[in-house]
Amino acid sequence: MIIHANVNGSIQELDVPPAASLLAILRDSLGLTGAKNACEQGECGACTVWLDGAPVCSCLVAAVQADGAAVRTVESVAGGDVLHPVQEAFLDSGAVQCGFCTPGLVVAAVDLLEHDPNPDEETIREGLAGNLCRCTGYRKVVDAVRLASERSS
Amino acid sequence: MTAGATTGAGVGAGARRIDGVPKVTGAYVYGSDLRTENMLWGATVRSPHPSARIVGIDVSHALGSPGVRAVLTADDLPGRRTIGLEFCDQPVLADDVVRYAGEPVAIVAAETAAQARVAADAVEVEYELLPAVVDMEEALRGDSPHVHDFGNVLRHIHIVHGDLETARADVWVDGYYETAMQDQAALGPEAGLALPGHEGGVDIYAVTQWLHVDRQQMAPCLGLPEEHVRLTAAGVGGAFGSREDLHMQLHAALLALRTRRPVKMTYGREESFHGHVHRHPSRIWIRYGATHDGRIVAADVRLLLDGGAYASSSPAVVGNASTFAAGPYEIPNVRIEGTVVYTNNPPCGAMRGFGAPQVCFAYESAMDALADRLGLDPVELRLRNALRTGSVLPTGQVITGTAPVREVIERCRAVPLPPAEDTVGRDPISYPGGAGHVSRGESLRRGVGFAVGFKNVAYSEGFDDAAEATVTLRPAPNGPVAVVRTAAVDYGQGLYTVLAQIVRSELGVEEVVFEPASTESGSAGSTSASRQTTMTGGAVLAACRELKAALDGGPATLPISRTHVFHHRPTTGFDADGQGDIHVSFSFAAERAVVEVDTELGLARVVEIAAVQDAGRVINPLGAEGQVEGGTAMGLGLALTEQVSLDGGVIRNPSFTDYLIPTILDVPPIVTEFVEEPEPGAPYGLKGIGEVATVAATPAIVAALRAATGRTLNRVPVTPDDLVGIRPPAATDGRAPVPAVSGQEAIPEALGLGLGQQQLMKAREP
Repeated sequence: MIIHANVNGSIQELDVPPAASLLAILRDSLGLTGAKNACEQGECGACTVWLDGAPVCSCLVAAVQADGAAVRTVESVAGGDVLHPVQEAFLDSGAVQCGFCTPGLVVAAVDLLEHDPNPDEETIREGLAGNLCRCTGYRKVVDAVRLASERSS
Repeated sequence: MTAGATTGAGVGAGARRIDGVPKVTGAYVYGSDLRTENMLWGATVRSPHPSARIVGIDVSHALGSPGVRAVLTADDLPGRRTIGLEFCDQPVLADDVVRYAGEPVAIVAAETAAQARVAADAVEVEYELLPAVVDMEEALRGDSPHVHDFGNVLRHIHIVHGDLETARADVWVDGYYETAMQDQAALGPEAGLALPGHEGGVDIYAVTQWLHVDRQQMAPCLGLPEEHVRLTAAGVGGAFGSREDLHMQLHAALLALRTRRPVKMTYGREESFHGHVHRHPSRIWIRYGATHDGRIVAADVRLLLDGGAYASSSPAVVGNASTFAAGPYEIPNVRIEGTVVYTNNPPCGAMRGFGAPQVCFAYESAMDALADRLGLDPVELRLRNALRTGSVLPTGQVITGTAPVREVIERCRAVPLPPAEDTVGRDPISYPGGAGHVSRGESLRRGVGFAVGFKNVAYSEGFDDAAEATVTLRPAPNGPVAVVRTAAVDYGQGLYTVLAQIVRSELGVEEVVFEPASTESGSAGSTSASRQTTMTGGAVLAACRELKAALDGGPATLPISRTHVFHHRPTTGFDADGQGDIHVSFSFAAERAVVEVDTELGLARVVEIAAVQDAGRVINPLGAEGQVEGGTAMGLGLALTEQVSLDGGVIRNPSFTDYLIPTILDVPPIVTEFVEEPEPGAPYGLKGIGEVATVAATPAIVAALRAATGRTLNRVPVTPDDLVGIRPPAATDGRAPVPAVSGQEAIPEALGLGLGQQQLMKAREP
């Protein structure tokens, strides 16, 4: 069926199969491959995007649910060549290794700081509990969110 | 907190990842992100049975399925029909029989991924079920079904040092330990793209750890000369050993050559569990003898690993595990019998630690039991027996490099313990089990555990895993640019970042760029065995110094290039008594875990881990800490939650819903420190550090759980039922028998059934 969605600020008309996920449409139809498919069950958070301002696992959202909605992906987080403070903090803190979880974590961390600019460690960990990372052991991810928070305050 | 990493950092400074910007913006291209014009999608038909004869395969419905362009079975293979890292014992597509549930039987290419999946489901395979052996001890029995014609023993290692019979011990402890099958669970799936190329060749862009050994296995199966099979590393979303064996590369290449169109394959999470090897489950019987004053005088170890249906790297894994089985201690009298068997379980192979984690869980658990028996502090017992430079290992190998075992232990012990917490009235999220916790902390007990682990750096047993690298200085408007060309794969651990640091320090250039890793360069060996910073780092360092010498020798015109092939010192295989100069060098780590257990609910929380790592010299502190922290998290997973559950050889939990890797709420703050004693002969004195934190973490956490609960806990992962005592400790009927095989070689090699990797690499030399 045909849907219309605002994806990263531009209106897209898309012909989507009924069973397609939002993740599949972003990756395969729009070429927005920043959101990753790592589990396709909503367990890992690597496919996290904003749907009408709320972070969602795009693998669990049917593409048709995005009809009339605003979708923001990791590709929209940086302003052109200028990285978002969270992205800078991930690099400065060593929070990136293989990077497959990073787009989802960046979206989750940006969302967390938008709602709570000065989270304590427990709040950071709770806020990112839906994002699996196999490389870092998470300590540097916590460091990165803290650093981004400090730099913004 | 370490922060403020810089882009232009040299050796010793915290460096930003060289590939970091595209990774945080989502622009980095992983294997699963590849696409091209006119591309087909591949899918794999896999056996649902662990042991069966293929009576017939009917592909007619699949061929008639919408969008299908090819369906291939074993009969369509153009060349050699088997692959394997050490022996070619694994069919490209099952022919005649299947030996594990998940084995590829047919492959399909279609216009869309969905059409390929539908067509794969339409391939009709008729199976006649055969008896399966799914238990590693049963596999050793004379009446067991044979997985391969030549029997179920894949390799047996026999190590004798000193004389156990005459060892005079005042105290003996006996222990039996089990470890589960663990999955690497890299977030990035197996994926890649194959394109038909010129001269009938094929280009493959895929997720891998060692391009050249992929090609060495693939070319004969494609019926092509190696130069017509060109592999380039795609972005790799983690590996941890799971990308050492071929997965989709060869299947996609076969489909691309058949259809003359590009073919993409990406495994979903469930298929990923079937499509790569796992960490070997183990059963270990260990006996230590010591004097009253805490000197270990004897160790007697029986070690059994389940290799699954095909060899993969199992022969090397059991070699490794056997050499480490008595622990990082000076022990004059040792016997180690290590066996890896074939079963009809999914194949096991490389995973971070490569045989070292299983035995470390056993020997460190037994050390705690020994300390308890002797009435000694467990840390003190380890200090009294710790290896040092000049110590003799059970293989007779003398440690010639650094061995700061006492230093890592003492530094780890000195890390201040985290303050005690009130058990009642806390935020529920901080209780074991998190928000799901239903008590008010009445039964919380804290425990502290300690463990030491060790692991070899680079390949062993006589394998010359050399690494080639080329560094070129090119003129550029803002000063020369250094271009590095290497076939080494950076799958996330930060290799290219440390290589760039080496180049900046040696050549004084700001900008370092990398050409894509491909088979167009000479082999850099595998990104595994904690070896690449030493090996490819060594090659890059030497190439830089040769460039510098050329530039110092007089005026030179840019561009100027130097290529260097770095070799580590030679090692040997095992003799009949398991003696030899087996390993290049060793890396050690001590970890101390603090846990909190709700002893009524069986829920556990790791409060903190202190990790002290022998590093030789740290090149990138930020990256090194990341290796220790991430490695520790993987060891935590094996301690508490991670287990590939098998039922009759079939994986029952192939998903992240049911296979539980640690979340950010499960991994505690980790205090990481490094001991830096330069390793002689290594570039900058560095040591590879990628694995040993994983090795030490598991036993440290389980020791802490024992301290908190007073329970035996001889099996990992430890479950809630273990912690409350509903499930009894793992039991044994006695040591597994030592198989009647002679020699230390892998059995297929001894029978002349295939050349090992080393022989194949040697045969390639001019």
